[in-house]
This record gives sequence, C-alpha cells and structure tokens, in this order.
Amino acid sequence: MNFFIVSLIKIAIVFAVFMTTLAYLQWVERKVLAHIQSRTGPLRVGPHGLLQPLADVFKLLTKEDLLPPYVNRFFYLLAPFLAVSLALVSISIIPFGPEVNFFGTRTFMQISDVRVGILFVLALSAVSVYGIALAGWSSNNKYSLLGGLRSSAQMISYELPLTLAVVSPLLLANHLSFREIATSQAGYYLGFIPRWNIFQMPFPQIFGFIIFMIAGFAETNRLPFDLPEAENELVAGFHTEYSSMKFACFFMAEYANMVTITCVATLLFLGGWHPLFPAPYSNWVPSAIALLAAIVFLLQLRDPARKRDRFTFPVFALAALVAAALFAIPFLQTYLVPLFWFCAKAGLLLFTYIWVRGTLPRFRYDQLMHFAWTFLFPCALLNLLATAFCVAVF
Amino acid sequence: MDTFLFIVCAIVAVGCAVNLVLQKHPISSALSLIGVMGSLAVLYLLLGAEFIAMAQMIVYGGAVMVLFIFVIMLLNAGTEKTSAKSWFAQIAGFPLLSAFVALLAFLIKVVLPPLHPVEFGSWVGGTAEAIGMLLFTKYLLPFEVTSVLILIAIVGAVVLAQKEID
Repeated sequence: MNFFIVSLIKIAIVFAVFMTTLAYLQWVERKVLAHIQSRTGPLRVGPHGLLQPLADVFKLLTKEDLLPPYVNRFFYLLAPFLAVSLALVSISIIPFGPEVNFFGTRTFMQISDVRVGILFVLALSAVSVYGIALAGWSSNNKYSLLGGLRSSAQMISYELPLTLAVVSPLLLANHLSFREIATSQAGYYLGFIPRWNIFQMPFPQIFGFIIFMIAGFAETNRLPFDLPEAENELVAGFHTEYSSMKFACFFMAEYANMVTITCVATLLFLGGWHPLFPAPYSNWVPSAIALLAAIVFLLQLRDPARKRDRFTFPVFALAALVAAALFAIPFLQTYLVPLFWFCAKAGLLLFTYIWVRGTLPRFRYDQLMHFAWTFLFPCALLNLLATAFCVAVF
Repeated sequence: MDTFLFIVCAIVAVGCAVNLVLQKHPISSALSLIGVMGSLAVLYLLLGAEFIAMAQMIVYGGAVMVLFIFVIMLLNAGTEKTSAKSWFAQIAGFPLLSAFVALLAFLIKVVLPPLHPVEFGSWVGGTAEAIGMLLFTKYLLPFEVTSVLILIAIVGAVVLAQKEID
C-alpha cells in the first residue's frame, strides 16, 4: 500500500514539474533567442513576460478548432494525440536523484526503474515518428506530406548514430537500467576529476556525447535539422493544417522530446545527479550560485534599465536569497543537491539547444542525409570500436 | 492482473490482425500491423522476455513499419478495390478454414506432449544478460551466420539500387 501512495505522490510531483517546465521552456527559448538577436522578447505579460506561457495556453485553448474538410478524419485526429502521449511517457523512467529517506520510506527519486530502461526510451523514440508521419499524410496537403516524409526519413537515418553513441556508455556501465548507469559514474579520479562517462579515463566518451547530441537535434526536429517544418520551403511542414490545441500538442511533444533527450544525455554521459566537485564542496555550490544571483539583482537595482525593474528586482533577489537559505539547510541538502546537479546539467544542455537554434542556419536536405550516413555513422562506429577495445583491454 | 493484461493484449492483437486484412486502405492496414506488433511486445513482456519485447518495438514497431509507411506515403497509394470474389472461396472458404483450425487443434492435443499452462513471472531467462550469454556462447554460429546473411542482403540492396554508371 505504501508503495502505491509513494508512487502516486512521485507521479503527481513529476507531472506538475514536467508540465511547468514544458510551458516555461518556451518562455526561456523566446527570451534567449531574443537576446541572441538583440531584442527583448516577451515583456508585456507579467514582469519580464513571466506570465506569457499562461497567456499562450489561454490563446491556444480558446482558438477556433478547425477541421479541414479534405483531411482523413481519423488519422488527422489520431496524429497529435499519438505524438504528445508518446513524448510524455519517457520521463517516467528517468531517475533524478539517488535513494532518499522520505518520512521513513526509502525510495528513489524516480517514478519507476525499468531493467531495460534505455531500450524503452529508444523504442519510444522509434515509435514517436508515427505522430509526425501520420499528421503529414492525413492532412492531404503536399507541404504536410513532404514534411512527414522528410521527418520519417530523417529520424530513421539519425536513429543509427544515436543508438551507436548510446552503446558505448552501456559497455562501460554494463547495465541497461538508467539507475545503474548513473550510479556506476559515482566517485572521482585522483580525488577531484569526476568519474562521469565523458571523463572516463582510458577513453573519454566526449565523441560519443557530441554524436549523441547532434543525432538528438535531428531526432527532435530542432534547428539546424528542422527540415520537416522548414517554413521557407514547406509553409509549416507536417503541422500546416493543425490549429489550436492540436497544434499545441505537436509543440508540447517537441519540447517534451527535448527534455527527454537532455535527461538521457545527462544520465549516460554527464553522470546523472553526481556533482562536479566532491561532496564537501559541491553541497555549497547551489547556495553560492543563488547568493551570487541575489547580489547581481541587487547591484542591477542601482541603475535599473526600466522603471518596473525597481519593483521586480528586489522580489527576484529575495527569491534567490530564500533559495540560498534552503540549499544551506543540511537536512534539505540530501534531497535538493542531487536534484540541483541533475537540473543544472540538463538545463545547460537545453540552453545549448536554444543557443544552437539562435546561431546555426538550416541544412539543405541532401546535406542532412549525406552528413548522417557518410560522416556521423562512421564516426559513431569508430567511437564504439575504440570504447569496446578499451573495455576489453583495461 | 497478469491474466487481465494477457486477455486485453490478446484481444487487441487478434482484433488488429483481423482489421489488417479487412481494411481497404494501405495506411490503415499498416497501422493495424503496428498494433499487432505492440500488443505482441506486451505479451512478451508478460512472459518475462523484456529484451525481446523492447527489440520487437524498436525493430518491428519502429524501423520496419516506418519504412512500410514511408513507402506507402511516397507512392501515395489510394484505397484498394476489392477483387471480385471467386465462387470457390465464397462456397468453400468458411468450411475449409474451420476444418483447418480443427485439424490444428487436434494435432496440438494429440501429437504434442502434454503442455503446462504458462505461469506469468516464473521464467527469468529473458534479461539482456541471459540472452547475450546464450547468443555469444551456445548460439554463436547461427548468430554469426545470420549477420553474414544480413550483410549479403545489404550488399545486394546497394547493387540493385546503384545507378548505371557509364
């Protein structure tokens, strides 16, 4: 009985946080992109546009739900449902932290651990292409069809280097479950270099990590590989005919896939929740960062860029101070510090996604395929061979 | 719980298989096939073969069926016309099918040694470790021969798809 109650609580927490992350990821993306391009981004709805996601949700919910007469009704309605439901499932097996004592119950910071966890994620990503392919086909529109076709070809091609890049950390961890993979990366070389797979000693997995990230960009249809929705050739690609919540489903699926792939990269290559510094120092890093943020906010207050900053910056500084105090309590540290490190790594990778979108132009379609098959695939194969050799010899 | 899941997945698998034959549109048929693959994967999982279940989803549910759908979409195949049914199939189809199923049931009952019902969760040989161990020791030769066969198929596909070079 205890198991069910704890599981229900964990599911509720993960679901709430995940949904909020998806909504605010879009705000972060718009803000970061805007600052990369010397704009300000959302600013009107709430302080610094912080209520923009809420406004967007209301806009999408109240928009007219169009059903074009020429579509294949069943598949047209099935496609967004398929896309979003498959994208939201994989978060359930991601471990966010180690085993903790939760009011007398020992439990992992994870909804459930699957012994073949990584295969489960790969299976979901293999199946998730149907949402996009069906959307493209059932819309009965040549742009949508081209988008769907491109997407399925692209995802099949990039699944190969992605899977090959995943195999090397599996060889090192000798296990398929995410929990075991993350716990195998605990500890430090020489007392200060973390034993993450990316720093793995005889053969660091840095190439594997880069290949995984590049293939991940293609799997999530993000720039520079967003050919399925290239707006200057295909209007909006596979979701041209979709409006209101059905469009929002595709949008949500894209962001959910992004979060999943960054979490998987964190667990496979960046050591999951294991901190960068040994425990006596790393426990104080979150506090120090929050304190630094508070100081920056207070310093900015002396010369505010806008009038409203005089009211918002003290609030932000106060929030940062409260966070610093919370992270400094030793009782809460056991729960919060692993979460902080996990979120910091995954957040950094998410920021890289947005950064790349703001920096790189889109590939041409033949370049995309050429890159996958003649460069990325052989590289992934070589990386796997080298890792296997090192594992066998050392 | 296990029995309930088994019954649901078995019904879904058979229903999708029947739907696959009955549907007139290729895409509907292909999606029904994915439904069959998915429910089969759950059945494997129920029997304890977790690795096979995931491989089924990745290889058949993912890669193979994506290619099917890709080709159907690329050719933009429309609704198929039902062919004129032959008089033989109309008259003798159902009796012959029943006879075949009855024969099969009879053979299973009489010829095969007495079978025990499956107990869910009792078999533990389906983990990735166990399968890897078997593949690389007991079944090494069939495994390697299969990989060579696939390699030959790949080379054949490349040769067939190659454009004529003067």
